[in-house]
Amino acid sequence: MSKDNTTKIRAKAFSVFYGQKQALYDINLDLPEQRVTAFIGPSGCGKSTFLRAINRMNDLIDGTSVTGSMVVDGIDVYSREVDVVTLRRRIGMVFQKSIPFPKSIYENITYGLTLTERRSKSELDSIVEESLKRAALWNEVKDRLHHSALSLSGGQQQRLCIARAIAVNPEILLMDEPCSALDPISTGKIEELIGELKSQYTIVLVTHNMQQAARVSDLTGFFLMGNLIEFDRTRTIFTSPTKKETEDYITGRFG
Amino acid sequence: MSTFTGHQSYPKRLLGFFAVLVAATAATAIVLLLLSLFGTFIYKGAPHISWEFLSQFPQNNNTEGGIWPALAGTTLLVLLMSILGVPIGTATAIYLTEYARQTSVFARSVRFAVNTLAGVPSIVFGLFGVGFFVQFLGKGIDTATGSSMFGDGSLLWASATLAVLTLPVVIVSVEEALKAVPRDLREGSLALGATRWQTIWKIVLPNSVTGILTGSILAVGRGAGEVAAILFVGVVYSTESLPGSVTEKFMHLGYHLYVLATQSPDVEKALPLQYATTLVLLGLTFLLNFTAIYIRSRLRKS
Repeated sequence: MSKDNTTKIRAKAFSVFYGQKQALYDINLDLPEQRVTAFIGPSGCGKSTFLRAINRMNDLIDGTSVTGSMVVDGIDVYSREVDVVTLRRRIGMVFQKSIPFPKSIYENITYGLTLTERRSKSELDSIVEESLKRAALWNEVKDRLHHSALSLSGGQQQRLCIARAIAVNPEILLMDEPCSALDPISTGKIEELIGELKSQYTIVLVTHNMQQAARVSDLTGFFLMGNLIEFDRTRTIFTSPTKKETEDYITGRFG
Repeated sequence: MSTFTGHQSYPKRLLGFFAVLVAATAATAIVLLLLSLFGTFIYKGAPHISWEFLSQFPQNNNTEGGIWPALAGTTLLVLLMSILGVPIGTATAIYLTEYARQTSVFARSVRFAVNTLAGVPSIVFGLFGVGFFVQFLGKGIDTATGSSMFGDGSLLWASATLAVLTLPVVIVSVEEALKAVPRDLREGSLALGATRWQTIWKIVLPNSVTGILTGSILAVGRGAGEVAAILFVGVVYSTESLPGSVTEKFMHLGYHLYVLATQSPDVEKALPLQYATTLVLLGLTFLLNFTAIYIRSRLRKS
């Protein structure tokens, strides 16, 4: 496993329950800083649940409870002293169906920035430009920043949502199947972007697409029925997995 | 050996034919009924509608003149009703959709109360208005402040009564509007570190404002035609002037119609006025309903 970077996120004996139903079983996992970690596995295996547990988005579902610990930067995010709103500001998230807010492109980026403090117009302008540049969208939208974000194509909308997430300057970026609704060209752009962003962010990516995991991630975890079956360097997972389930899944024998 | 050819037996086909016949006749009858209803009121009422009719006070014991105080009273009533009812209804809907655990006992009780409220006959609301608003609240305020303005039926208490009556309409339509806001928008906002309230204020409400408006208009439409609920809480047979404050009594189109139909010394002379008043009342309610339907269809498209 990657010991060359400090651990950013550490799950210890972490379980999630939706009501009586257990969705994750005793997950133990160390995610290194400034690396891309991909989670793969069949639908319903718990990979998204794990991702959404990191910034506590699962809290929004009635009847969710957790045991064990999910430690980010040395603090258990489920401990009492944690303010979930502040936590989510430090952990950006990009969704499968990223719908931009029905506002202008500019307002989509500034949304997260203006939630807590007033900022000057020039400061906002520069953050908007910088975020859009980092999301590789600036050149396409710089002349129509005040047009509706809904006028953008699907791939552009997804990059806008990435720009929106990085505008608030998080340290971690969670991506929940960010390319599943996109065409191959847009997918390529997003994957390229992930590669560039990892120098600044710790990225956790959930994907159905195994080639994508192989292409963009440094580490890969394989989930099956709520259990973490195997977690290793991506190359190891895809060339010489130790578990039979992993091998079956990546060779397409089930899932 | 089975085949697909041949026909159903004769009795079966006959039964099918009769089923269609009965259903189609019933449907046609409804349409004809509605058309004849409208036709009658338009035919007999429209000739009497004039600017004078709309802008003058009733004269000569309701056998001449217009309906201005009733029209104005109804308008003031539903306006005040909306001011009182829509915020409360919207707040309740926000609580139910955005905050409450859907399975909690409290949320279920609120929902049960809303559904029950929707089924209560309006005359019961009228009695509730007298008992609660006039006798309890109004007399209470009067005793506490030493005034004598609140302890009697008035525009204020009638509006409050109607606000309670139309609350279910507001709550249900606002709830629908809030639920129509995609979950992904809420999650997107929360994931950026917005609080629940910021998400509601900046994302959910702006995207459901048309729905809230529709709900209010539907409530106004329901409230405008309601007579039984305000019967004991401030509506009067006739007034000298328009209400100068919310604690005064008022005239109302629906009640005026009842007065014209039953209390007139000369029924024959009052009849044309009755038709015209009915047409105004119908027009008002339909206008409001169609506005709501129009806004809703625009909302669906966008």
